[in-house]
Amino acid sequence: MKYKIKKYSLYAALIVGILLLVSLPSYTSSYRVIFFTNILMYVILTLSWVIFSGPTGYISLATAAFFGVGVYTSALFSVTLCLPLVIFIGGIASFCLAFIVGSLTLRLRGMYFTMFTFALVQLISNFANWYEVNITGTVGRHVISLDSIIIYYAILVVFCLVLLVSYYIRHSKYGLALQSIGESEEAAAHSGINVTLVKVITFATSAFFMGAVGAVMAMRWTYVDPPIAFDIRLSFMPLLMAIFGGMGNVLSPVMGATIFAYLEEILTTKFPYYYMLLFGGAMLLVIVFMPRGIEGVFRKLQKNNRRESVEKI
Amino acid sequence: MILDIQGLKKCFGGLAATANVNFNVQQGEIVGLIGPNGAGKTTLFNLISGSIAPDSGAIIFKGRDIAGQKPFRICRAGIARTFQSVKIFSGMSVFNHILIGYLFGDHKDGISGRGREQAAGILEFVGLSEMSERRAGDLTLASQKRLEVARALATRPELLLLDEVMAGLNPTEISEVMELVRKIKEKGITIIMIEHVMKAIMEICNRVVVLHHGEKLAEGKPEEITQNKSVIEVYLGDLTCLPSEK
Repeated sequence: MKYKIKKYSLYAALIVGILLLVSLPSYTSSYRVIFFTNILMYVILTLSWVIFSGPTGYISLATAAFFGVGVYTSALFSVTLCLPLVIFIGGIASFCLAFIVGSLTLRLRGMYFTMFTFALVQLISNFANWYEVNITGTVGRHVISLDSIIIYYAILVVFCLVLLVSYYIRHSKYGLALQSIGESEEAAAHSGINVTLVKVITFATSAFFMGAVGAVMAMRWTYVDPPIAFDIRLSFMPLLMAIFGGMGNVLSPVMGATIFAYLEEILTTKFPYYYMLLFGGAMLLVIVFMPRGIEGVFRKLQKNNRRESVEKI
Repeated sequence: MILDIQGLKKCFGGLAATANVNFNVQQGEIVGLIGPNGAGKTTLFNLISGSIAPDSGAIIFKGRDIAGQKPFRICRAGIARTFQSVKIFSGMSVFNHILIGYLFGDHKDGISGRGREQAAGILEFVGLSEMSERRAGDLTLASQKRLEVARALATRPELLLLDEVMAGLNPTEISEVMELVRKIKEKGITIIMIEHVMKAIMEICNRVVVLHHGEKLAEGKPEEITQNKSVIEVYLGDLTCLPSEK
């Protein structure tokens, strides 16, 4: 009974939260709308990163590569196609890339996989650069710019989708399969799980959303070149945000990414010179005192509450 | 005949881990697989369960050659296994282990299907019901081994490969596992077990296959095997070579 009430209140909070986000442009300045667009971008990247890397423990640094592929899809098609289609193609392009890369490299474990994904970003970024300079003869590209409110709604739709998909995967048998793969791949395979397929499809699914959000963001930036599109920071941020938030349920990474992105925005605007210093300090404190992220802190509080109520009795 | 192994060969570099192994298993039997360390017992299990592919030879399971197939396909075909060094999903609950075995063993049901009842039944069967919500990594070795057997059973196998399920257990635990193995046999599941606990082999196996240097050295009823001269030589050394003989 208590569990059910908790569940319904969580749903209610979620719906209120999404309604607030939907109505956001009607009661805030356009600066705030852009600000929230940025935060949502990080939230989507973090959530989609957690879909695959959370349960399996394969630490991927390829986020920037998939994001950049989305950005470039947008640059190629934004003139000729409508917005939803561009976003979809951006996602599919990243999905295909991740599918191919995943099929080739997901047999690598631990450090080697991480290094490969890191290299992938550099490879694609440099290839794009080479192509632009030698074949097209330019460095950057212009993307059709759209109204910031339309971009905000586009990103909100992607956010809702990634939230739904994360929730579905986590609560389906594939969530169990991913978790078991993270624990022991061999035992998983001998329990009837098609380990390779599950890994590759999940990796590609998480890349789909990274590409989709890249396609949207390109329209906000209006000018893109390889260093912007394949910014390696976008590979590290989702990882840090996920660690900061925790990965035990769908909402922890959302919380982690929101607070983290908010902090970053505030620090860069208020303390542009000390930003990196403050940020690094905050990061250190988090790792030392909250090794399991925000989620871990909540768990601890819950435990203490329970203990107190037991003592009272 | 549920399993027929024909001329199975696997080399690692120049070393033949199994060389030309032939034997078969009848439906409903418990076959013991014994041999000194490095005889190729676990390699044989790895070959049957698909962890590694053989260089040559055939593994006929229910009339179909399954040699070289992927582990998940072999599992779904009806061969489940446990591991010599337990391989469990440490961070997951005991119950979820069974659920995974059930849901992916022949992969038709979704998570909300009959899986939960079935999983509870299997936990009851192996005697882990009380630990259902415990984290698997926190169990004792004996319980973890039991859990591995339960996970394997959840995939609804016809043939179960047990790799030293009794190693490291105390005498009470060993007799409990022997009881479990008998119960599994009564369900109609055929068993091949690798074991060094001779008491268990003698008491519950219908037939014993002895491997040595990757080859089949002997095969027969447990009491015949203990009388077999070459088996004694392999385990105790060639008695004629002892200096006292001269």
